Amino acid sequence: MTQGKNASRNVINIKTGLAEMLKGGVIMDVVTADQAKVAEDAGAVAVMALERVPSDIRAAGGVARMSPPELVEQIMESVSIPVMAKCRIGHFAEAQVLEAIGVDFIDESEVLTPADEDYHINKQDFKVPFVCGATCLAEALRRIGEGAALIRTKGEPGTGNIVEAVRHLREINQDIKRVLHLEDSELMTEAKNLGAPFELLKIVRELGRLPVPNFAAGGIATPADAALCMQLGAETVFVGSGIFKSENPAQFAKAIVKATANYNDPKAVLEASRGLGTAMRGQEISTIEEPMRMAKRGW
Amino acid sequence: MQGCVDRHKPHIEAAGGFFVAVKTAEQLESVDALILPGGESTTMLKLIDVFAMEDPLKKFFAQKPVWGICAGSILMAEKVLVSSSPRRALASLDSGDPEKDGSEAADVVDPVRANAANAACQRDDGGGTQKSFGLLPITIERNGYGRQLDSKQVTIDGFEVSFIRAPVIKAVNDNVEVLAEYEGTPVWLRSGKYMATTFHPELTLEYPSPMHRAFVEMVKQAC
Repeated sequence: MTQGKNASRNVINIKTGLAEMLKGGVIMDVVTADQAKVAEDAGAVAVMALERVPSDIRAAGGVARMSPPELVEQIMESVSIPVMAKCRIGHFAEAQVLEAIGVDFIDESEVLTPADEDYHINKQDFKVPFVCGATCLAEALRRIGEGAALIRTKGEPGTGNIVEAVRHLREINQDIKRVLHLEDSELMTEAKNLGAPFELLKIVRELGRLPVPNFAAGGIATPADAALCMQLGAETVFVGSGIFKSENPAQFAKAIVKATANYNDPKAVLEASRGLGTAMRGQEISTIEEPMRMAKRGW
Repeated sequence: MQGCVDRHKPHIEAAGGFFVAVKTAEQLESVDALILPGGESTTMLKLIDVFAMEDPLKKFFAQKPVWGICAGSILMAEKVLVSSSPRRALASLDSGDPEKDGSEAADVVDPVRANAANAACQRDDGGGTQKSFGLLPITIERNGYGRQLDSKQVTIDGFEVSFIRAPVIKAVNDNVEVLAEYEGTPVWLRSGKYMATTFHPELTLEYPSPMHRAFVEMVKQAC
């Protein structure tokens, strides 16, 4: 028998490792401990603890900030699955508070009002893993360069409209395909043109994928939306307003879990889609004023 | 069905095995052995129920080798303890210096963990148990080491493995062979055709891991 030794904690394997464990699942936005239990009972792999879901943030206007600590703590105490929470882009002090609470993952999120228009958080300074939104490969690699352990599409949160998440997934896939065909001599120019870190671009070409897991978020409202994102290469889906703004949250939650787990089987997605009642009311992207387009926040 | 599956492929291939991802009862029938991967055990139990996989799995478990990792080892245990909320990250924030996060820091955590575990054992009402397949005569506590901030990388047999919100094995029966221990509790064990690790060897990019090698060896002997 051997003995384990030499423990180390602030290593990227441990951070991306948790993201690896969440693959093939659904991460649900919740605003109360009761909703968190509904999510856990439905089979969510994690919950995102929020004060308001994105569609309510849109409706309320004003400045959206990190959730109150008591709320996050109540949710952490009510479920056994991992709990994530959001901080504003660039607001490293909010991130420090969330780490002190002991959340399992921090989302540096465009859903909240950005705190810094030039700089994202240096996520390497933290032991807690971070997830960040991205619209294309270069943006994903910039966030990974800063220490993000997980990338998700930005989509257009709170709209129930999948079009932006699809755009971002396809954009990342196309960028990766192009990089795969580049020769050594072309890679630096590509890094310069994309605005992506050269070393990470090299890793993408070696692996044929992002160096961290890639999830979908922003506008997922039905089981078929989830199956679409998974077939386009997302490894897990975040569902924000889509569950608790639907007619029957518990059923919607279960249905999206089922469709995500078996996204390649149309019969399973069909079964999951039956008898759900009305999905959340959606919103056409062109009706949203430019300053309220969350996908445009961050760079 | 859910969890960390694809990262096993290069390890299994390097150990001389053939890798297939299994989601359905038909796929299950085509393989010689099964890895129950890391992930979220509550989600896995739901999906096993939703997709009516319980009977096909039970049939498979009765005949063929199985290796449970982290959440997978929870599904294999005879008794599962669930503390109502995982212990808060006590160990992680007090030492800002990553260098100090070595084995001494881990030793400091030990009594705290023991207390939390005792509380979970005694408080059957608040904590409770969770369904499992009972393949291994062990008692295991979910998230026994704490939350993500308590997750860590540890060296076993000269190989880096990861404990991620890992369970703690609280008790083992005599006929279980303990292959590795960490902080005084078993982390890698074997009993007949079943193997379990509470840590993840698959996240390391050095192929194959000693655990994958051992499992492929087990499977070859069973075939």
